[in-house]
Amino acid sequence: MFKTATAAIALALTASTAFAATDITWWHGMGGRNGEVINEISQKFNASQDQCKLTPISKGTYEEALSSGIAAFRSGEQPNILQVFDAGAATIIAAKGATIPAEDLIKGAGEKFNREDFIAGVRNFYADSDGKFIGMPFNSSAPIMYLNTEAFEKAGVEPPKTWEDFEKIAPKLKEAGYLPMTASQLTWMMVENFKSRNNQQFATNNNGYDGIKGTELVANDANQVMMFEKLKEWADQGLYGFYGAGWADNLKPFEEGKAAMWIGSSGSFGGLQKSAKFPFGAVFMPYWGSIEGAGTQSFIGGAALFAMAGKPKAENDCTAKFFTFLTAPETQVYWHENTGYVPVTEAAYELAKSQGYYDEKPVAEVGIQQLMLPGGEWTKGYRMGFYPQIRSVMEREFNRIFSGEVSVKDAFDTIESEGNALLARFAKTAG
Amino acid sequence: MTDTPLSAQGPTAPSFLHRLRDWWSGETANPVKRVQFGHGLTPWLFVLPQLAVVVIFFYWPSAQAVTSSFYIEDPFGFGSTFVGMENYADALGSKEYLSTAWFTAFFCVVVTALALGIGLLLAVKADKVIRGAESYKTLLISVYAIAPPVAGLIGMMFFDMHMGPFTRLFAFFGHELRVGVDYWDTTIALITISVWKQIPYNFIFFLSGLQSVPVSVREAALIDARSGWRRFKDVTLPLLAPTAFFLLIINITYTMFDTFPIIDVIVKDKPANNPMTLVYKVYLDGFKGNDIGGSSAQSVILMVVVAALTVLQFRFLERRVHYG
Repeated sequence: MFKTATAAIALALTASTAFAATDITWWHGMGGRNGEVINEISQKFNASQDQCKLTPISKGTYEEALSSGIAAFRSGEQPNILQVFDAGAATIIAAKGATIPAEDLIKGAGEKFNREDFIAGVRNFYADSDGKFIGMPFNSSAPIMYLNTEAFEKAGVEPPKTWEDFEKIAPKLKEAGYLPMTASQLTWMMVENFKSRNNQQFATNNNGYDGIKGTELVANDANQVMMFEKLKEWADQGLYGFYGAGWADNLKPFEEGKAAMWIGSSGSFGGLQKSAKFPFGAVFMPYWGSIEGAGTQSFIGGAALFAMAGKPKAENDCTAKFFTFLTAPETQVYWHENTGYVPVTEAAYELAKSQGYYDEKPVAEVGIQQLMLPGGEWTKGYRMGFYPQIRSVMEREFNRIFSGEVSVKDAFDTIESEGNALLARFAKTAG
Repeated sequence: MTDTPLSAQGPTAPSFLHRLRDWWSGETANPVKRVQFGHGLTPWLFVLPQLAVVVIFFYWPSAQAVTSSFYIEDPFGFGSTFVGMENYADALGSKEYLSTAWFTAFFCVVVTALALGIGLLLAVKADKVIRGAESYKTLLISVYAIAPPVAGLIGMMFFDMHMGPFTRLFAFFGHELRVGVDYWDTTIALITISVWKQIPYNFIFFLSGLQSVPVSVREAALIDARSGWRRFKDVTLPLLAPTAFFLLIINITYTMFDTFPIIDVIVKDKPANNPMTLVYKVYLDGFKGNDIGGSSAQSVILMVVVAALTVLQFRFLERRVHYG
């Protein structure tokens, strides 16, 4: 017993003196299988070289990871890498000096970096208005529509491309005994990606990219209101089921085989393969044929990695090295195939394709194809401060719409006025 | 009146320095009070650990909260704007904040009343049980061992929209229960779980309170009144008053603060239109929304409300409590 302990200590000592690897830490907000894959990728990185040693630490949910990161930064204990989710992007990007732009970091470490390597839908979301990468896109997802294949066969209908198609087929699916559709996280699906799929403006100041001051939400416009009036109408006709703001509550009817369609994340694919006991497919999230210029790409969901400021050069170089490792096609494909998130580079997509992954699992390709659709003026992303709270306001109002407490127009008026008040507050934080 | 004010100590009141020296060496103005410790510093030394905990974990963060409540601040601490009372005005002027406040008050009254009422009823009944009393008590108390988040999870299984037994029960009576979607349905779930979690605590205290009522008093009461209810009302209840007063404060604190994990489990991180307490809103705005100024102002408001409530309780209620 004593011998093994001494041996272990001796080994640890020699290990640390022999390599003197630079330690870097990575705080993330992923659990379950995704968290395991993060550990596996970190081990692969550590095994691939011996100058840097990366330790990933799970901080709970996305929100918890961000608030832990903020608290740590304020007390000078920040990690080298912090994962920040889509809705929190504006918060961390607005805090100039909290992060080192990923592009500067990578180039400063003498690594190669080319924006064009990334797939179109991923390039701008975490970049500044000049297109410089501030965050490193990591786990990216797209909202897609999953289909219960049996339901479509039974009803004898084709999957919808547009919402007009949906209106035609939904009654037939209902007749066949199914709830035609459910959708998780309406904020992401029916507002944010309603904007991107239909190429609609989401905020002034170039969707918020051009500045914090004076940015206002564009929410109660005719098209957005129409989308929700339709949803309410469909809900009243039994063509759409609304089960609150919780992700899983809306997914459950689809998993149980009761709903014919579910709008979820491309990243849900891994989980659905286990939980759904029936053959299923997926198509792009529908858009409105009646809106001119619609059918554009969607915003990416998920999260990006930010290099925190205030770290020594040796550690920053290790972070840069890890970012390069992370975007390598092999790493991306490993992540893609194990989690369902889309690969962020064209090379990784080509690699997965050449390996025949999509012949085997066509559903896995839908998300990335949707992100590679042609873009429009308003599809590169949105940048609004206190956005997680704006989402909460929307969630509250959506519950009221579907319980019949407020009209769609009134709800979106509230969303816009409360949202703008939050944006004005955020502008003051920049002081 | 054994205490005499310092200023009235003889013809010349001692100077401040004098008094400080006396205090340092443990010389109190009134020698009657000098009982156990010879040195003025020793007692302070003993309370120091406790004081340190209170200062570090309560006064210091509270002071920070008060300061931040006057600023609108960038979460990372780069920029901040002094806004005076604007954060308070924003909170108190917001319809949502006020409706959360009303809900908290309503929730507090209902949960406290039900948890105390049912706890007392069960304790009175358990007190009478002779056969199998132990297992009966253990069964009731065991719920207390369940951590609030677990209680929330168990509750949510019962209230699940798709397969919960309570949802089916309500459906049987013709009501479609939609916890998480409908405001009042969620309220029902929230109250049920919170009350269920708190009953055992009240039960334990009421039961021990009942068991400390002297047998002689009970027997005397038996002669005076035949009605069990009157005996309970006139004799047992007044003797239980200290316990009840203590439990009242504990239960109010419980509903205001300790129901947090239950709410968190029920709203699943996305409150939407569901009811929540003020504390949960402080957390949401501060930790999820990263609005430090607004969240601090809300927590200061809450602090003031709780302080006022405590003072009121001690001033008006405790006077009527007989400590025997």
